[in-house]
Amino acid sequence: MAQSAVAAPTSAARGTPIPRSSRDRSERVVKSVLLSFSLLSIVTTFSIVAVLGIEAWGFFKGFPDKPGIGLVPFFTGTEWSPLLGGEQKFGVLPLVCGTLLVTVIAGAFALPIGLVTAIFLSEYAPSRLRVVLKSALEVLAGVPTVVYGFFALAVITPALQRVSDAFGTYNALSAGLAVGIMILPIVCSLSEDALRAVPQSLRDGSSALGGTKFDTSVKVVLPAALSGIMASFLLALTRAIGETMIVALAAGGLAQMTMNPASQVQTMTGFIVAIFTGDAQANSVEYASSYAVAATLFLMTLALTLAGTAILRRFREEYE
Amino acid sequence: MTMMSPMQTNPTTAAATATGTADPMAIRAASFDGFYGSFQALKGISLDIPRNQVTAFIGPSGCGKSTFLRWMNRMNDTIAGARASGTLTLDGEDILARSVDVVDLRRRVGMVFQRPNPFPKSIFDNVAFGPRLHWRHSRADLEDLVEQSLRSAALWNEVKDRLHASALGLSGGQQQRLCIARAIAGGPEVLLMDEPCSALDPKSTASVEELIRELRTAYTIVIVTHNMQQASRISDRTAFFFEGSLIEAGQTETLFTNPKSKQTEDYVTGRFG
Repeated sequence: MAQSAVAAPTSAARGTPIPRSSRDRSERVVKSVLLSFSLLSIVTTFSIVAVLGIEAWGFFKGFPDKPGIGLVPFFTGTEWSPLLGGEQKFGVLPLVCGTLLVTVIAGAFALPIGLVTAIFLSEYAPSRLRVVLKSALEVLAGVPTVVYGFFALAVITPALQRVSDAFGTYNALSAGLAVGIMILPIVCSLSEDALRAVPQSLRDGSSALGGTKFDTSVKVVLPAALSGIMASFLLALTRAIGETMIVALAAGGLAQMTMNPASQVQTMTGFIVAIFTGDAQANSVEYASSYAVAATLFLMTLALTLAGTAILRRFREEYE
Repeated sequence: MTMMSPMQTNPTTAAATATGTADPMAIRAASFDGFYGSFQALKGISLDIPRNQVTAFIGPSGCGKSTFLRWMNRMNDTIAGARASGTLTLDGEDILARSVDVVDLRRRVGMVFQRPNPFPKSIFDNVAFGPRLHWRHSRADLEDLVEQSLRSAALWNEVKDRLHASALGLSGGQQQRLCIARAIAGGPEVLLMDEPCSALDPKSTASVEELIRELRTAYTIVIVTHNMQQASRISDRTAFFFEGSLIEAGQTETLFTNPKSKQTEDYVTGRFG
Protein backbone atom coordinates (compact mmCIF):
# COMPACT_ATOMS: atom_id res chain seq x y z
CA MET A 1 0.00 0.00 0.00
CA ALA A 2 2.66 2.48 1.00
CA GLN A 3 4.69 1.63 -2.08
CA SER A 4 1.86 2.32 -4.51
CA ALA A 5 1.54 5.82 -3.02
CA VAL A 6 5.01 6.84 -4.26
CA ALA A 7 5.01 4.85 -7.52
CA ALA A 8 6.06 6.88 -10.60
CA PRO A 9 3.31 7.72 -13.13
CA THR A 10 3.02 5.26 -15.98
CA SER A 11 4.41 6.30 -19.37
CA ALA A 12 0.86 6.65 -20.70
CA ALA A 13 0.17 9.33 -18.08
CA ARG A 14 3.31 11.25 -19.14
CA GLY A 15 2.19 11.68 -22.74
CA THR A 16 4.44 11.70 -25.84
CA PRO A 17 8.02 12.93 -25.38
CA ILE A 18 9.09 16.24 -26.97
CA PRO A 19 11.89 15.52 -29.49
CA ARG A 20 15.25 17.12 -28.95
CA SER A 21 15.28 18.78 -32.40
CA SER A 22 12.19 20.80 -31.49
CA ARG A 23 13.79 21.98 -28.24
CA ASP A 24 16.94 23.03 -30.06
CA ARG A 25 14.98 24.94 -32.70
CA SER A 26 13.06 27.01 -30.17
CA GLU A 27 16.31 27.73 -28.30
CA ARG A 28 17.82 29.09 -31.54
CA VAL A 29 14.80 31.28 -32.26
CA VAL A 30 14.76 32.71 -28.74
CA LYS A 31 18.46 33.44 -28.90
CA SER A 32 18.28 35.30 -32.21
CA VAL A 33 15.25 37.34 -31.11
CA LEU A 34 17.06 38.39 -27.90
CA LEU A 35 20.22 39.21 -29.84
CA SER A 36 18.47 41.35 -32.44
CA PHE A 37 16.62 43.37 -29.81
CA SER A 38 19.78 44.09 -27.85
CA LEU A 39 21.60 45.02 -31.08
CA LEU A 40 18.77 47.41 -31.90
CA SER A 41 19.28 49.44 -28.72
CA ILE A 42 23.06 49.44 -29.09
CA VAL A 43 22.90 50.53 -32.74
CA THR A 44 20.44 53.30 -31.87
CA THR A 45 22.70 54.65 -29.14
CA PHE A 46 25.76 54.62 -31.32
CA SER A 47 23.89 56.24 -34.22
CA ILE A 48 22.91 59.14 -31.98
CA VAL A 49 26.51 59.61 -30.89
CA ALA A 50 27.68 59.34 -34.50
CA VAL A 51 25.22 61.97 -35.78
CA LEU A 52 26.25 64.24 -32.94
CA GLY A 53 29.93 63.76 -33.75
CA ILE A 54 29.56 64.23 -37.52
CA GLU A 55 27.44 67.38 -37.27
CA ALA A 56 29.73 68.86 -34.61
CA TRP A 57 32.75 68.06 -36.76
CA GLY A 58 31.20 69.98 -39.66
CA PHE A 59 30.76 72.97 -37.40
CA PHE A 60 34.40 72.91 -36.39
CA LYS A 61 35.82 72.21 -39.85
CA GLY A 62 33.80 74.70 -41.80
CA PHE A 63 31.02 75.16 -44.37
CA PRO A 64 31.14 75.55 -48.14
CA ASP A 65 30.66 79.29 -47.85
CA LYS A 66 32.10 80.02 -44.40
CA PRO A 67 35.19 79.02 -42.47
CA GLY A 68 34.81 76.63 -39.53
CA ILE A 69 35.01 77.81 -35.96
CA GLY A 70 37.87 75.58 -34.87
CA LEU A 71 38.20 73.55 -31.70
CA VAL A 72 40.41 75.93 -29.72
CA PRO A 73 38.32 79.10 -30.14
CA PHE A 74 35.20 77.09 -29.34
CA PHE A 75 36.47 75.54 -26.11
CA THR A 76 38.40 78.57 -24.86
CA GLY A 77 36.21 81.43 -26.06
CA THR A 78 34.49 83.44 -23.38
CA GLU A 79 31.88 85.07 -25.57
CA TRP A 80 28.80 83.38 -26.96
CA SER A 81 26.60 85.44 -29.25
CA PRO A 82 25.44 83.34 -32.19
CA LEU A 83 22.07 84.99 -32.73
CA LEU A 84 22.74 88.65 -32.16
CA GLY A 85 23.30 90.90 -35.10
CA GLY A 86 26.83 91.91 -35.89
CA GLU A 87 29.69 89.57 -35.31
CA GLN A 88 28.76 86.05 -34.26
CA LYS A 89 30.89 84.68 -31.45
CA PHE A 90 31.14 80.98 -30.63
CA GLY A 91 33.05 80.54 -27.36
CA VAL A 92 31.26 77.82 -25.41
CA LEU A 93 32.56 78.72 -21.94
CA PRO A 94 29.67 81.03 -20.99
CA LEU A 95 27.22 78.17 -21.66
CA VAL A 96 29.39 75.74 -19.67
CA CYS A 97 29.58 78.30 -16.92
CA GLY A 98 25.79 78.70 -16.87
CA THR A 99 25.30 74.95 -16.77
CA LEU A 100 27.81 74.55 -13.94
CA LEU A 101 26.27 77.41 -11.95
CA VAL A 102 22.80 75.90 -12.12
CA THR A 103 24.18 72.41 -11.36
CA VAL A 104 26.21 73.61 -8.38
CA ILE A 105 23.17 75.39 -6.94
CA ALA A 106 21.01 72.33 -7.49
CA GLY A 107 23.63 70.05 -5.95
CA ALA A 108 24.25 72.33 -2.97
CA PHE A 109 20.54 72.24 -2.31
CA ALA A 110 19.63 68.63 -3.08
CA LEU A 111 22.65 66.55 -2.04
CA PRO A 112 22.75 67.47 1.68
CA ILE A 113 18.98 67.56 2.09
CA GLY A 114 18.57 64.32 0.15
CA LEU A 115 21.24 62.53 2.17
CA VAL A 116 19.89 63.70 5.54
CA THR A 117 16.39 62.68 4.50
CA ALA A 118 17.68 59.30 3.38
CA ILE A 119 19.42 58.74 6.74
CA PHE A 120 16.24 59.71 8.54
CA LEU A 121 14.09 57.41 6.40
CA SER A 122 16.46 54.47 6.62
CA GLU A 123 17.64 54.67 10.24
CA TYR A 124 15.15 56.70 12.27
CA ALA A 125 11.70 56.79 10.70
CA PRO A 126 9.09 54.30 11.93
CA SER A 127 8.08 52.01 9.09
CA ARG A 128 4.65 53.60 8.54
CA LEU A 129 6.13 57.09 8.20
CA ARG A 130 8.78 55.73 5.85
CA VAL A 131 6.13 54.27 3.55
CA VAL A 132 4.24 57.59 3.46
CA LEU A 133 7.36 59.68 2.82
CA LYS A 134 8.73 57.28 0.21
CA SER A 135 5.51 57.41 -1.79
CA ALA A 136 5.48 61.20 -1.50
CA LEU A 137 8.98 61.22 -2.97
CA GLU A 138 7.89 58.97 -5.79
CA VAL A 139 5.09 61.40 -6.61
CA LEU A 140 7.68 64.18 -6.66
CA ALA A 141 9.82 62.14 -9.04
CA GLY A 142 6.88 61.74 -11.42
CA VAL A 143 6.13 65.45 -11.79
CA PRO A 144 6.87 66.66 -15.36
CA THR A 145 9.82 69.04 -15.32
CA VAL A 146 7.85 71.79 -17.05
CA VAL A 147 5.85 72.01 -13.83
CA TYR A 148 9.05 72.63 -11.89
CA GLY A 149 9.99 75.34 -14.39
CA PHE A 150 6.62 76.96 -13.92
CA PHE A 151 7.01 76.63 -10.15
CA ALA A 152 10.38 78.38 -10.36
CA LEU A 153 8.90 81.31 -12.28
CA ALA A 154 5.68 81.58 -10.31
CA VAL A 155 6.87 80.85 -6.76
CA ILE A 156 10.63 80.75 -6.28
CA THR A 157 11.54 83.83 -8.31
CA PRO A 158 8.93 86.12 -6.66
CA ALA A 159 10.09 84.86 -3.26
CA LEU A 160 13.71 85.65 -4.12
CA GLN A 161 12.71 89.08 -5.43
CA ARG A 162 11.07 89.81 -2.11
CA VAL A 163 14.42 89.07 -0.42
CA SER A 164 16.58 91.12 -2.78
CA ASP A 165 16.11 93.52 -5.69
CA ALA A 166 19.10 91.95 -7.41
CA PHE A 167 17.01 89.08 -8.76
CA GLY A 168 15.49 89.57 -12.18
CA THR A 169 12.61 87.65 -13.73
CA TYR A 170 15.13 85.12 -14.95
CA ASN A 171 17.95 84.10 -12.64
CA ALA A 172 20.26 81.17 -12.01
CA LEU A 173 19.31 80.67 -8.37
CA SER A 174 15.62 80.16 -9.04
CA ALA A 175 16.32 77.67 -11.83
CA GLY A 176 19.00 75.95 -9.75
CA LEU A 177 16.66 75.51 -6.78
CA ALA A 178 13.93 74.10 -9.02
CA VAL A 179 16.42 71.67 -10.56
CA GLY A 180 17.47 70.81 -6.99
CA ILE A 181 13.88 69.98 -6.08
CA MET A 182 13.69 67.86 -9.21
CA ILE A 183 16.77 65.77 -8.36
CA LEU A 184 15.97 65.53 -4.64
CA PRO A 185 13.92 62.33 -5.02
CA ILE A 186 16.77 60.68 -6.98
CA VAL A 187 19.34 61.46 -4.27
CA CYS A 188 16.99 60.52 -1.50
CA SER A 189 15.60 57.33 -2.94
CA LEU A 190 18.92 55.89 -4.19
CA SER A 191 20.82 56.88 -1.03
CA GLU A 192 18.11 55.33 1.09
CA ASP A 193 18.40 52.11 -0.91
CA ALA A 194 22.17 52.13 -0.33
CA LEU A 195 21.75 52.72 3.41
CA ARG A 196 19.10 50.04 3.78
CA ALA A 197 21.32 47.55 1.96
CA VAL A 198 23.84 47.73 4.82
CA PRO A 199 23.41 44.49 6.79
CA GLN A 200 21.57 44.71 10.10
CA SER A 201 24.44 42.80 11.72
CA LEU A 202 26.66 45.89 11.38
CA ARG A 203 24.09 48.01 13.19
CA ASP A 204 23.80 45.37 15.92
CA GLY A 205 27.59 45.26 16.20
CA SER A 206 27.73 49.00 16.69
CA SER A 207 24.96 49.20 19.28
CA ALA A 208 26.43 46.22 21.16
CA LEU A 209 29.62 48.27 21.51
CA GLY A 210 27.61 51.06 23.08
CA GLY A 211 27.06 53.12 19.96
CA THR A 212 24.01 55.38 19.97
CA LYS A 213 21.71 55.46 16.99
CA PHE A 214 23.57 58.51 15.73
CA ASP A 215 26.98 56.82 16.18
CA THR A 216 25.70 53.80 14.31
CA SER A 217 24.20 55.82 11.46
CA VAL A 218 27.12 58.16 10.94
CA LYS A 219 30.14 56.00 11.81
CA VAL A 220 29.04 52.59 10.54
CA VAL A 221 26.06 52.66 8.18
CA LEU A 222 26.99 55.81 6.26
CA PRO A 223 30.60 54.76 5.48
CA ALA A 224 29.43 51.29 4.53
CA ALA A 225 26.93 52.76 2.09
CA LEU A 226 29.29 55.41 0.74
CA SER A 227 29.75 53.94 -2.72
CA GLY A 228 26.00 53.76 -3.30
CA ILE A 229 25.57 57.28 -1.98
CA MET A 230 28.31 58.58 -4.31
CA ALA A 231 26.58 56.85 -7.19
CA SER A 232 23.28 58.51 -6.30
CA PHE A 233 25.02 61.91 -6.14
CA LEU A 234 26.63 61.47 -9.54
CA LEU A 235 23.46 60.25 -11.15
CA ALA A 236 21.57 63.22 -9.71
CA LEU A 237 24.23 65.67 -10.92
CA THR A 238 24.16 64.12 -14.37
CA ARG A 239 20.43 64.68 -14.44
CA ALA A 240 20.92 68.27 -13.28
CA ILE A 241 23.45 68.99 -16.04
CA GLY A 242 21.14 67.61 -18.69
CA GLU A 243 17.95 69.19 -17.34
CA THR A 244 16.39 71.34 -20.02
CA MET A 245 12.83 72.47 -19.42
CA ILE A 246 13.37 74.13 -16.05
CA VAL A 247 16.36 76.16 -17.21
CA ALA A 248 14.75 77.03 -20.52
CA LEU A 249 11.86 78.55 -18.60
CA ALA A 250 13.52 80.07 -15.55
CA ALA A 251 17.25 80.66 -16.10
CA GLY A 252 17.03 83.20 -18.89
CA GLY A 253 18.55 83.42 -22.36
CA LEU A 254 21.69 85.45 -21.97
CA ALA A 255 24.94 83.49 -22.11
CA GLN A 256 27.43 85.10 -19.79
CA MET A 257 30.50 84.24 -17.78
CA THR A 258 29.23 84.73 -14.27
CA MET A 259 29.01 82.95 -10.97
CA ASN A 260 26.43 85.40 -9.65
CA PRO A 261 23.30 83.39 -8.82
CA ALA A 262 21.11 86.48 -9.14
CA SER A 263 21.94 87.09 -12.77
CA GLN A 264 20.36 85.35 -15.71
CA VAL A 265 22.37 82.67 -17.44
CA GLN A 266 21.97 80.44 -20.45
CA THR A 267 22.84 76.77 -20.07
CA MET A 268 23.95 74.44 -22.82
CA THR A 269 20.58 72.73 -22.88
CA GLY A 270 18.84 76.10 -22.76
CA PHE A 271 20.72 77.23 -25.87
CA ILE A 272 19.83 74.06 -27.80
CA VAL A 273 16.16 74.59 -27.01
CA ALA A 274 16.42 78.22 -28.09
CA ILE A 275 17.92 77.19 -31.44
CA PHE A 276 15.37 74.54 -32.26
CA THR A 277 12.34 76.52 -31.11
CA GLY A 278 13.58 79.82 -32.52
CA ASP A 279 13.94 80.92 -36.11
CA ALA A 280 17.52 79.85 -36.78
CA GLN A 281 17.86 78.59 -40.33
CA ALA A 282 18.72 74.97 -40.88
CA ASN A 283 22.32 74.60 -42.06
CA SER A 284 23.25 78.00 -40.71
CA VAL A 285 26.32 78.31 -38.48
CA GLU A 286 24.24 78.95 -35.36
CA TYR A 287 22.11 75.91 -36.15
CA ALA A 288 25.21 73.74 -36.51
CA SER A 289 26.66 75.18 -33.31
CA SER A 290 23.91 73.46 -31.32
CA TYR A 291 25.41 70.10 -32.34
CA ALA A 292 28.80 71.16 -31.06
CA VAL A 293 27.18 72.26 -27.79
CA ALA A 294 25.27 68.99 -27.56
CA ALA A 295 28.46 67.02 -28.16
CA THR A 296 30.19 68.97 -25.42
CA LEU A 297 27.29 68.25 -23.07
CA PHE A 298 27.47 64.59 -23.97
CA LEU A 299 31.19 64.49 -23.21
CA MET A 300 30.60 66.16 -19.83
CA THR A 301 27.93 63.70 -18.74
CA LEU A 302 29.99 60.82 -20.10
CA ALA A 303 32.96 61.96 -18.00
CA LEU A 304 30.74 62.19 -14.94
CA THR A 305 29.36 58.71 -15.52
CA LEU A 306 32.85 57.28 -15.99
CA ALA A 307 34.01 59.04 -12.82
CA GLY A 308 31.06 57.51 -11.00
CA THR A 309 31.91 54.03 -12.21
CA ALA A 310 35.54 54.51 -11.20
CA ILE A 311 34.57 55.68 -7.70
CA LEU A 312 32.23 52.73 -7.29
CA ARG A 313 34.93 50.32 -8.36
CA ARG A 314 37.48 51.81 -5.97
CA PHE A 315 35.12 51.56 -3.00
CA ARG A 316 34.19 48.04 -3.93
CA GLU A 317 37.84 47.02 -3.98
CA GLU A 318 38.27 48.62 -0.61
CA TYR A 319 35.32 46.92 1.04
CA GLU A 320 35.07 43.50 -0.54
CA MET B 1 47.03 37.26 30.85
CA THR B 2 46.43 40.85 31.78
CA MET B 3 44.19 43.23 29.97
CA MET B 4 45.07 46.51 31.62
CA SER B 5 44.41 49.38 29.32
CA PRO B 6 45.27 52.99 30.06
CA MET B 7 41.65 53.97 30.47
CA GLN B 8 40.53 51.19 32.75
CA THR B 9 41.05 53.42 35.73
CA ASN B 10 37.66 54.99 35.09
CA PRO B 11 35.31 55.05 38.10
CA THR B 12 32.68 52.59 36.84
CA THR B 13 35.17 49.82 36.29
CA ALA B 14 36.91 50.56 39.58
CA ALA B 15 33.62 50.37 41.44
CA ALA B 16 32.66 47.17 39.66
CA THR B 17 35.97 45.58 40.57
CA ALA B 18 35.40 46.60 44.17
CA THR B 19 31.95 45.02 44.32
CA GLY B 20 33.37 42.07 42.41
CA THR B 21 35.40 40.96 45.35
CA ALA B 22 32.27 41.05 47.49
CA ASP B 23 29.91 39.14 45.17
CA PRO B 24 31.23 36.10 43.33
CA MET B 25 28.28 36.41 40.94
CA ALA B 26 28.53 38.98 38.16
CA ILE B 27 24.97 38.62 36.90
CA ARG B 28 21.97 37.49 38.89
CA ALA B 29 18.55 36.68 37.48
CA ALA B 30 15.52 35.85 39.63
CA SER B 31 11.99 35.01 38.45
CA PHE B 32 12.88 36.57 35.10
CA ASP B 33 10.16 36.57 32.45
CA GLY B 34 10.74 37.68 28.87
CA PHE B 35 8.06 38.39 26.26
CA TYR B 36 7.78 39.12 22.56
CA GLY B 37 4.38 40.77 22.41
CA SER B 38 2.02 38.26 23.99
CA PHE B 39 4.41 35.33 23.51
CA GLN B 40 6.33 34.41 26.64
CA ALA B 41 9.82 33.43 25.52
CA LEU B 42 11.32 33.08 29.00
CA LYS B 43 9.52 31.73 32.04
CA GLY B 44 10.67 32.44 35.57
CA ILE B 45 14.41 32.14 35.00
CA SER B 46 16.52 32.21 38.18
CA LEU B 47 20.19 31.87 37.42
CA ASP B 48 23.44 33.35 38.68
CA ILE B 49 26.44 33.85 36.41
CA PRO B 50 29.72 33.52 38.32
CA ARG B 51 32.49 36.02 37.78
CA ASN B 52 35.53 35.04 35.67
CA GLN B 53 34.04 31.75 34.58
CA VAL B 54 32.60 30.51 31.33
CA THR B 55 28.90 29.78 31.55
CA ALA B 56 27.35 27.92 28.61
CA PHE B 57 23.67 28.08 27.66
CA ILE B 58 22.50 24.97 25.82
CA GLY B 59 19.13 23.81 24.57
CA PRO B 60 17.21 23.19 21.36
CA SER B 61 16.44 26.03 18.91
CA GLY B 62 13.78 28.40 20.18
CA CYS B 63 14.33 27.49 23.84
CA GLY B 64 15.02 31.11 24.79
CA LYS B 65 18.76 30.93 25.46
CA SER B 66 19.71 33.63 22.92
CA THR B 67 16.81 35.79 24.02
CA PHE B 68 18.06 35.60 27.61
CA LEU B 69 21.56 36.50 26.48
CA ARG B 70 20.26 39.52 24.59
CA TRP B 71 18.52 40.83 27.70
CA MET B 72 21.85 40.98 29.52
CA ASN B 73 22.99 43.91 27.38
CA ARG B 74 19.49 45.07 26.49
CA MET B 75 19.93 44.27 22.80
CA ASN B 76 16.26 43.31 22.81
CA ASP B 77 15.43 47.01 23.19
CA THR B 78 15.54 47.33 19.42
CA ILE B 79 12.88 44.67 18.93
CA ALA B 80 9.34 46.07 18.93
CA GLY B 81 7.15 44.39 21.54
CA ALA B 82 10.01 42.86 23.53
CA ARG B 83 9.62 43.33 27.28
CA ALA B 84 10.73 41.66 30.47
CA SER B 85 9.88 41.47 34.14
CA GLY B 86 11.54 40.06 37.23
CA THR B 87 15.06 40.65 38.42
CA LEU B 88 18.19 40.88 36.29
CA THR B 89 21.22 42.58 37.83
CA LEU B 90 24.83 43.27 36.90
CA ASP B 91 27.01 43.83 39.99
CA GLY B 92 23.84 44.42 41.96
CA GLU B 93 22.53 47.09 39.58
CA ASP B 94 19.20 46.57 37.87
CA ILE B 95 19.77 45.99 34.15
CA LEU B 96 16.09 46.34 33.26
CA ALA B 97 15.46 49.72 34.89
CA ARG B 98 14.35 52.48 32.58
CA SER B 99 16.98 54.74 34.08
CA VAL B 100 19.84 52.45 33.03
CA ASP B 101 22.32 54.11 30.69
CA VAL B 102 22.23 51.51 27.92
CA VAL B 103 25.38 52.90 26.33
CA ASP B 104 27.32 52.39 29.56
CA LEU B 105 25.74 48.96 30.12
CA ARG B 106 26.88 47.83 26.68
CA ARG B 107 30.36 49.14 27.31
CA ARG B 108 30.47 46.94 30.41
CA VAL B 109 28.80 43.97 28.72
CA GLY B 110 30.39 43.22 25.36
CA MET B 111 28.80 40.97 22.76
CA VAL B 112 30.06 38.69 20.00
CA PHE B 113 27.57 37.56 17.39
CA GLN B 114 26.83 34.36 15.54
CA ARG B 115 28.31 35.55 12.27
CA PRO B 116 31.48 37.64 12.30
CA ASN B 117 30.34 41.21 11.65
CA PRO B 118 33.46 43.35 11.22
CA PHE B 119 32.74 46.88 10.02
CA PRO B 120 33.92 47.68 6.48
CA LYS B 121 36.81 49.63 7.95
CA SER B 122 40.45 48.90 8.68
CA ILE B 123 41.43 46.34 11.31
CA PHE B 124 42.67 49.18 13.50
CA ASP B 125 39.47 51.20 13.17
CA ASN B 126 37.38 48.14 14.01
CA VAL B 127 39.17 47.59 17.31
CA ALA B 128 39.32 51.32 18.08
CA PHE B 129 35.59 51.76 17.45
CA GLY B 130 34.39 51.11 21.02
CA PRO B 131 37.19 53.04 22.76
CA ARG B 132 36.64 56.02 20.48
CA LEU B 133 32.96 56.06 21.41
CA HIS B 134 33.58 56.12 25.12
CA TRP B 135 36.86 57.89 25.80
CA ARG B 136 39.13 60.57 24.42
CA HIS B 137 42.70 59.45 24.18
CA SER B 138 45.97 60.27 22.54
CA ARG B 139 46.95 58.43 19.39
CA ALA B 140 49.69 56.58 21.28
CA ASP B 141 47.29 55.35 23.97
CA LEU B 142 44.85 54.22 21.32
CA GLU B 143 47.57 52.34 19.46
CA ASP B 144 48.57 50.61 22.72
CA LEU B 145 45.00 49.69 23.45
CA VAL B 146 44.43 48.28 19.96
CA GLU B 147 47.60 46.22 20.23
CA GLN B 148 46.65 44.87 23.68
CA SER B 149 43.16 44.00 22.52
CA LEU B 150 44.45 42.20 19.44
CA ARG B 151 47.01 40.36 21.57
CA SER B 152 44.28 39.34 24.00
CA ALA B 153 42.26 38.01 21.08
CA ALA B 154 45.30 36.05 19.83
CA LEU B 155 45.22 37.92 16.55
CA TRP B 156 48.09 40.38 16.88
CA ASN B 157 50.79 38.30 15.23
CA GLU B 158 48.60 37.63 12.22
CA VAL B 159 47.59 41.25 11.59
CA LYS B 160 50.31 43.48 13.05
CA ASP B 161 51.73 44.23 9.61
CA ARG B 162 48.41 45.17 8.07
CA LEU B 163 46.51 47.04 10.76
CA HIS B 164 45.30 49.56 8.23
CA ALA B 165 44.09 47.02 5.69
CA SER B 166 40.37 46.30 5.44
CA ALA B 167 39.03 43.90 8.06
CA LEU B 168 36.96 42.25 5.34
CA GLY B 169 40.15 40.74 3.92
CA LEU B 170 40.52 38.47 6.97
CA SER B 171 39.37 34.85 7.05
CA GLY B 172 36.16 33.96 8.89
CA GLY B 173 37.99 32.77 11.99
CA GLN B 174 40.22 35.85 12.02
CA GLN B 175 37.16 38.05 11.58
CA GLN B 176 35.50 36.45 14.59
CA ARG B 177 38.63 36.93 16.71
CA LEU B 178 38.70 40.53 15.48
CA CYS B 179 35.12 40.92 16.71
CA ILE B 180 36.25 39.55 20.08
CA ALA B 181 39.15 42.04 20.12
CA ARG B 182 36.68 44.78 19.25
CA ALA B 183 34.38 43.71 22.08
CA ILE B 184 37.16 43.69 24.69
CA ALA B 185 38.79 46.95 23.56
CA GLY B 186 36.03 48.93 25.27
CA GLY B 187 37.04 47.37 28.60
CA PRO B 188 33.96 45.26 29.42
CA GLU B 189 33.54 43.04 32.48
CA VAL B 190 31.24 40.55 30.81
CA LEU B 191 31.43 39.03 27.33
CA LEU B 192 28.27 37.60 25.79
CA MET B 193 28.80 35.21 22.91
CA ASP B 194 25.88 34.10 20.79
CA GLU B 195 26.99 30.89 19.04
CA PRO B 196 30.32 32.49 18.11
CA CYS B 197 31.61 29.43 16.23
CA SER B 198 28.53 28.37 14.31
CA ALA B 199 29.69 30.06 11.09
CA LEU B 200 33.30 28.87 11.38
CA ASP B 201 35.20 25.86 10.08
CA PRO B 202 36.62 23.35 12.61
CA LYS B 203 40.12 24.85 12.66
CA SER B 204 38.86 28.39 13.27
CA THR B 205 36.46 27.00 15.87
CA ALA B 206 39.38 25.44 17.74
CA SER B 207 41.27 28.74 17.80
CA VAL B 208 38.24 30.68 19.03
CA GLU B 209 37.54 28.04 21.71
CA GLU B 210 41.10 28.23 22.94
CA LEU B 211 40.78 31.99 23.08
CA ILE B 212 37.58 31.77 25.13
CA ARG B 213 39.31 29.52 27.67
CA GLU B 214 42.13 32.05 27.99
CA LEU B 215 39.84 35.06 28.28
CA ARG B 216 37.96 33.70 31.27
CA THR B 217 40.73 34.82 33.66
CA ALA B 218 39.92 38.43 32.79
CA TYR B 219 36.23 38.31 31.87
CA THR B 220 32.94 36.78 32.86
CA ILE B 221 31.86 34.89 29.77
CA VAL B 222 28.39 33.72 28.83
CA ILE B 223 28.22 31.63 25.67
CA VAL B 224 25.20 30.28 23.82
CA THR B 225 25.99 27.14 21.88
CA HIS B 226 24.21 24.44 19.93
CA ASN B 227 27.22 22.24 20.18
CA MET B 228 27.27 20.17 23.37
CA GLN B 229 30.85 19.06 22.85
CA GLN B 230 31.79 22.70 22.71
CA ALA B 231 29.93 23.43 25.93
CA SER B 232 31.69 20.56 27.68
CA ARG B 233 35.10 21.60 26.29
CA ILE B 234 35.10 25.26 27.19
CA SER B 235 32.60 25.98 29.96
CA ASP B 236 32.86 25.82 33.73
CA ARG B 237 29.12 25.89 34.24
CA THR B 238 26.27 24.94 31.96
CA ALA B 239 22.60 25.91 31.96
CA PHE B 240 20.07 23.85 30.01
CA PHE B 241 17.04 25.69 28.63
CA PHE B 242 13.93 24.07 27.23
CA GLU B 243 10.81 25.80 25.90
CA GLY B 244 11.57 29.04 27.72
CA SER B 245 12.35 27.47 31.09
CA LEU B 246 15.64 26.84 32.80
CA ILE B 247 15.61 23.09 33.39
CA GLU B 248 18.93 22.64 35.09
CA ALA B 249 22.14 24.55 35.78
CA GLY B 250 25.34 23.47 37.44
CA GLN B 251 28.98 22.51 37.02
CA THR B 252 29.48 21.47 33.40
CA GLU B 253 30.97 18.12 34.28
CA THR B 254 28.13 17.25 36.65
CA LEU B 255 25.47 18.36 34.22
CA PHE B 256 26.86 16.23 31.42
CA THR B 257 27.75 13.11 33.44
CA ASN B 258 25.20 13.13 36.20
CA PRO B 259 22.22 15.33 35.30
CA LYS B 260 19.45 15.66 37.89
CA SER B 261 16.66 16.03 35.36
CA LYS B 262 15.49 13.39 32.90
CA GLN B 263 15.01 16.08 30.21
CA THR B 264 18.61 17.24 30.60
CA GLU B 265 19.85 13.68 30.37
CA ASP B 266 17.85 13.04 27.21
CA TYR B 267 19.19 16.22 25.63
CA VAL B 268 22.86 15.86 26.52
CA THR B 269 22.89 12.22 25.46
CA GLY B 270 21.43 13.24 22.09
CA ARG B 271 18.05 11.58 22.46
CA PHE B 272 16.28 14.74 21.27
CA GLY B 273 17.04 18.30 20.14
